[in-house]
Amino acid sequence: MEFNQLLMIAISVIFINNFVLSKFLGLCPFIGVSKETRSAFCMGLAVTFVMTASSIITWAVYSFLLKPFHIEYLRTLSFILVIASFVQLIEMFIQKFSPALYRVFGIYLALITTNCAVFGVAVLNSEMFLKTAGNFSKALLFCVTQGFCAGVGFTIVLLFMSGIRERLELCDVPRPMKGMAIAFIVASLMSMAFMGFAGFRF
Amino acid sequence: MIIPVLIMSAMGILFGLGLAFASKIFKVDTDPKVEKILSALPGANCGACGKAGCAGLAEAIARGDASLTSCPAGGDEVVGKIAEILGVDKCSVARKVARVGCGGGNNAKDKFLYQGVKTCAAANLIAGGQKACSFGCLGFGDCVVICPFDAIHMNEDGIPVTDIEKCAACGKCVSACPKNIISIEDASEKYYIKCLSRDKANIVKNACKVGCIGCKICEKLSKGAFIVENNLSKLDYSKLSDATPLKLCVEKCPTKCIIEAT
Repeated sequence: MEFNQLLMIAISVIFINNFVLSKFLGLCPFIGVSKETRSAFCMGLAVTFVMTASSIITWAVYSFLLKPFHIEYLRTLSFILVIASFVQLIEMFIQKFSPALYRVFGIYLALITTNCAVFGVAVLNSEMFLKTAGNFSKALLFCVTQGFCAGVGFTIVLLFMSGIRERLELCDVPRPMKGMAIAFIVASLMSMAFMGFAGFRF
Repeated sequence: MIIPVLIMSAMGILFGLGLAFASKIFKVDTDPKVEKILSALPGANCGACGKAGCAGLAEAIARGDASLTSCPAGGDEVVGKIAEILGVDKCSVARKVARVGCGGGNNAKDKFLYQGVKTCAAANLIAGGQKACSFGCLGFGDCVVICPFDAIHMNEDGIPVTDIEKCAACGKCVSACPKNIISIEDASEKYYIKCLSRDKANIVKNACKVGCIGCKICEKLSKGAFIVENNLSKLDYSKLSDATPLKLCVEKCPTKCIIEAT
């Protein structure tokens, strides 16, 4: 039963409610870091990592701090505070203990401290799993799954986009459409394709 | 009312202290030059240098992987600051410009009427272009289109000319030119031959009014600073002395293809 629910969350977040193409969160890195596959993959890794970690930490803040004191309306403020300082901490940690990984993440880790996709995961988690009173550990499992899969969905879409844009470089694109313009059109076509997972309703 | 304020302040202070503490624990000793260079750079993270942000470039410069002039956005001022930090002489950084090595344009005859797509790349595919001179500029301005700094324009002769003030020597025009006419040269080297034709004199004369015919007048006048090889004169800057009568060479060149850049 629980496994089914997790699978549902995973498929939903990766394909049907993809953060970039269906919810339109995190569009800045989606356009900005999708020029080449390598950096797109690094960005995806960093986002996945931060999303998973911030799911855990916002779960803790929400269920042990905001909820007992009935100050859920401070969710936005406290989540931003927690995520930003946590990512800073992680960055220092990685720089100290794994310079190689630090070089892979590079500037991307710092860029996503206040990324709306990361914040979106935290907010969605609290909307979907944390508001209702229930089992803490079960909610944690759901949050982590959603955070991780949202990151995976982001990475997949970023990789698709970078692959397409690398090929676009070789294509004879009309001059007024070159660069950003064609990238936006590609993004909208991809978005429509991903919307197809949700089924068509008229 | 007081509880939320207290909790938020407590969280803020806690995380602030935590981060301050962590920055002590996880302190990584970096090259102090990197931080100094980083503060000298514009800090816009525009990526024009090809690195992932200013921090990336600062590191590359400190390591010696990138030159002082790598930041296109910063300009002279930033180069000066970085030179000061690294303790090198700023004057040793030679400014480079793109230079067009053909003066043909309307002075050169066409060998057929070309009515295809108006780009040099396309024209070049048909028997090397419509110009009678097989070394010369085709004049459709692929270089003008590609220049990101708006530094290269067609003059009245139908030849692209670089604006020395604007040119950043990025090399985009060099790779855009199908005839390989444009090269990146030191801006201080003012005199150059505006022709690349290695054809014999009679062929050059038939094709173009301003081509180098290899007459060796400049070679004799300059006592070896100009060298004519393969029917083409070339100026060797290492052999140049103060006594070399460059102005006279410009004047005496029968086809006026020695140019003094302004």
